[in-house]
Amino acid sequence: MLRLVADRLITTVPALVGVIVVCFLLTRVLPGDTAAYFAGPTATPQAIEQIRRELGLDRPLPEQFARYVADLARGDLGQSLTTGQPVAADLRARLPASAELTLFGLVLSLIVAIPLGITAAVRQGSMVDHACRIVATTGVSLPVFFTGLLLVTVFYFLLGWAPAPLGRLDTFASPPPELTGFYLVDSLAAGDLETFRAALAQIALPGITLAIFALAPIARITRAAMLAVLASDFIRTARAAGLSGRTVVITYAFRNAMLPVVTTLGMVFSFLLGANVLVEKVFAWPGVGSYAVEALIASDFAPVQGFVLAMAILYIALNLLIDLTYGVIDPRTASAA
Amino acid sequence: MTALPLLEVRDLTVEFATRRGTVQAVRRVDVAVARGETVGIVGESGSGKSVTSYAVMRILDRAGRIAGGSVTFSGVDLRAAGERQMRDLRGREVSMIFQNPRSALNPIRKVGHQIEDVLRRHAQAGSGDARARAVAALEQVRIARAAERYHAYPFALSGGMCQRVVIALALACRPQLLIADEPTTGLDVTTQKAIMDLVAELTRARGMATILITHDLGLAAAYCDRVVVMEQGRVVEAAAAETLFRAPAHAYTRRLVRATPRPGIGLRDLLPEPAPEAAPLPAGAGVVPGEPLLTVTGLAKDYAGGGTAPLLRRLLGRGRAGAAPAPVRAVDGISFAVRRGESVGLVGESGCGKSTTSTMVMRLLDPSAGSIVFRGEDIGAVPAARFARHPLRPRIQMVFQDPTDALNPRWTAARAIADPLLRFGTTRAVRPRCEELARRVGLPAALLDRFPHQLSGGQKARVGIARAIATNPDLLILDEPTAALDVSVQAVVLNLLADLKRDLGMSYLFVSHDLHVVRLLCDRVIVMRAGAIVEEGSAAEVLERPKAAYTRELIAAIPHPPAASPSPA
Repeated sequence: MLRLVADRLITTVPALVGVIVVCFLLTRVLPGDTAAYFAGPTATPQAIEQIRRELGLDRPLPEQFARYVADLARGDLGQSLTTGQPVAADLRARLPASAELTLFGLVLSLIVAIPLGITAAVRQGSMVDHACRIVATTGVSLPVFFTGLLLVTVFYFLLGWAPAPLGRLDTFASPPPELTGFYLVDSLAAGDLETFRAALAQIALPGITLAIFALAPIARITRAAMLAVLASDFIRTARAAGLSGRTVVITYAFRNAMLPVVTTLGMVFSFLLGANVLVEKVFAWPGVGSYAVEALIASDFAPVQGFVLAMAILYIALNLLIDLTYGVIDPRTASAA
Repeated sequence: MTALPLLEVRDLTVEFATRRGTVQAVRRVDVAVARGETVGIVGESGSGKSVTSYAVMRILDRAGRIAGGSVTFSGVDLRAAGERQMRDLRGREVSMIFQNPRSALNPIRKVGHQIEDVLRRHAQAGSGDARARAVAALEQVRIARAAERYHAYPFALSGGMCQRVVIALALACRPQLLIADEPTTGLDVTTQKAIMDLVAELTRARGMATILITHDLGLAAAYCDRVVVMEQGRVVEAAAAETLFRAPAHAYTRRLVRATPRPGIGLRDLLPEPAPEAAPLPAGAGVVPGEPLLTVTGLAKDYAGGGTAPLLRRLLGRGRAGAAPAPVRAVDGISFAVRRGESVGLVGESGCGKSTTSTMVMRLLDPSAGSIVFRGEDIGAVPAARFARHPLRPRIQMVFQDPTDALNPRWTAARAIADPLLRFGTTRAVRPRCEELARRVGLPAALLDRFPHQLSGGQKARVGIARAIATNPDLLILDEPTAALDVSVQAVVLNLLADLKRDLGMSYLFVSHDLHVVRLLCDRVIVMRAGAIVEEGSAAEVLERPKAAYTRELIAAIPHPPAASPSPA
């Protein structure tokens, strides 16, 4: 198992190198002059030149790149010019917020989508099947920022059930003692039910927004995978042996159908990372997505590079996890590896 | 029958709702099975034999429903039984085993757990003794090291072993009736014999009744007391096995018995009535051997064993010395020749290397050692990747095992037949040539514009053959060309191949596991085992006076109907 992990980690090295190179080049070729932006609208050309020299932007590209990589090796992602903080510190502070939101949305959509997909497959052509199709189509058709705004309008503005969409916690509440950085987990760990409730109220709407978005692919793949498995020979054997409907559907069919679902989860997660950027904007969520967008608009290289790198690592880690899950579900892949 | 039958199916009609309306797959079928009796249901594809058994088990798929008749098991009306009651009966009173044993088992569940599932479901075992009972069930089907195999997944077991597990699963709860649906299709003859003997022995020892569903008359004759013959959803004849084969009453049964390859008959004897224009074929040894067309010398193929070395070790440059698993030798230095106008059979069980050999001769696979001299040139030296453009490429063609899978589903028959012509540069008069080829293989010209799904199995086989002979090849490699066909279609296709060979002067390399079929079509036979040739000789000699013990074993394992007089009484 450990060797498998090590083997897989090594294969991720070229991907990481590629991400670093592409990300570095992209931020340099993008329009917008960092030095000019920083010097402000009234700066003299000499002042801009001065800042450019300070930032090392006057150096040739290879040298800039070498310096960037050397810094990276020390864990230094550079300095954000907008916040004035080291990018690594900014990301560390904001990543838990994004991760909590994304995972919350993903788990929420799994809880709804998988039973929905299974039921739709088992009762093909029934009302549940049609409902599954409608929900899925609607989910992918609506852009996340629209769903988000709609939910805010209905549940905050019109009904007043939800708190104001302003970040992770009420302005007057204090965050729980940091353990994982996830407010929901930390508040429970601290036994602080009131904070937990407040955090849950805040995360509910953005989480649901993401969940609606992720619902469609998961439900559809679950349904399709279940249909394929239910038509296979070993299900017929299981039925002919008199196994109960529950055993046939869950133990025999769903465990086999999980393979494509798990594969899709990796993709859905990456979609969610993208969608997160917009959702964080709508709900003023203090995550890395909104941070990166602001940095990008400001032509602030370092945070953008840091963000892309963090996302790439996150995605690679997730895919590793999925590969390992595969081995747990399917003995054939475990022995082949 | 004096006692009440264990299972009585009367007037059973099964309908399927399809896009083109309701189709009756089974029409007013009567079958009765007494305790301890083995009844065969025999028929070709589409005869409704499997559907009948699914209806008895009430495991028809969503589109199917029992439209009429009654099914009574041990006095219980199965048609009226609730789903809950049926679930209790399935596996405990009536069990089923299937074809494709590997896919009939859950691929990601240990076989022992799958048997336990059934035992626990029918309260035959609790959590304490389930494991011991499952191991005992595996032992009963003669699985060696059962306690160890309990933890195996189906992919790690051979096809025959998987079928034993399926049998263990079916018999675990000691049912009264076993329905075996083509239990040995796709298995080697020797495995087939072992499996069928095992089923016969276990059911006899337990006094169980068995329904054997098969397309193989020989199998039914060897193992059944009574046989029911079905055609297009109807029972056309039902009689004691002995009587049925000695004096088949119905014309369809006669046709079926005739078409079954068996010792002591010629290729023409398979056909329903000798076609008037069919000239008598020269018997196997009668062909004048021409000069050698293909000479294979010391041909070998190694496969790297057990997957690739882990990347980490490869990157570090380690793992080369000794750590890499030993390569698997699929073909072990074999030599043989095929002369002009000769047809040579390559026979052996799965894994013996016969397909690897034919693939290398076809130059789709590079040999590890040895030479393949075709028309005086060593084509074995040409890399497989470049052989496609070699001038000798059109001279070797291949007919594949599954006529459906071998055709592009989006191409018409004409396009499929024209493919080699277009590929090898002919662009003029393609259509007339297609029509000529179609005529040659007996495919009506009207069918040329149809797609594969609009053609029958036999018609698709003809398209595959027409495509293979389009370039006037010298050598045709036939890779079990009739294995997926019904016996009556097989009879026609084999005769067609014999006619084509005579008319076009081609040589055949016929790869098959069925010695009887090989004998009918081939002059010489090569028997392979574990990558090596164990026996070689004229077809008649190898089949009638086999020298190698292995060949004798192979021949003995083939079930065949009793020597009958299939001519109309």
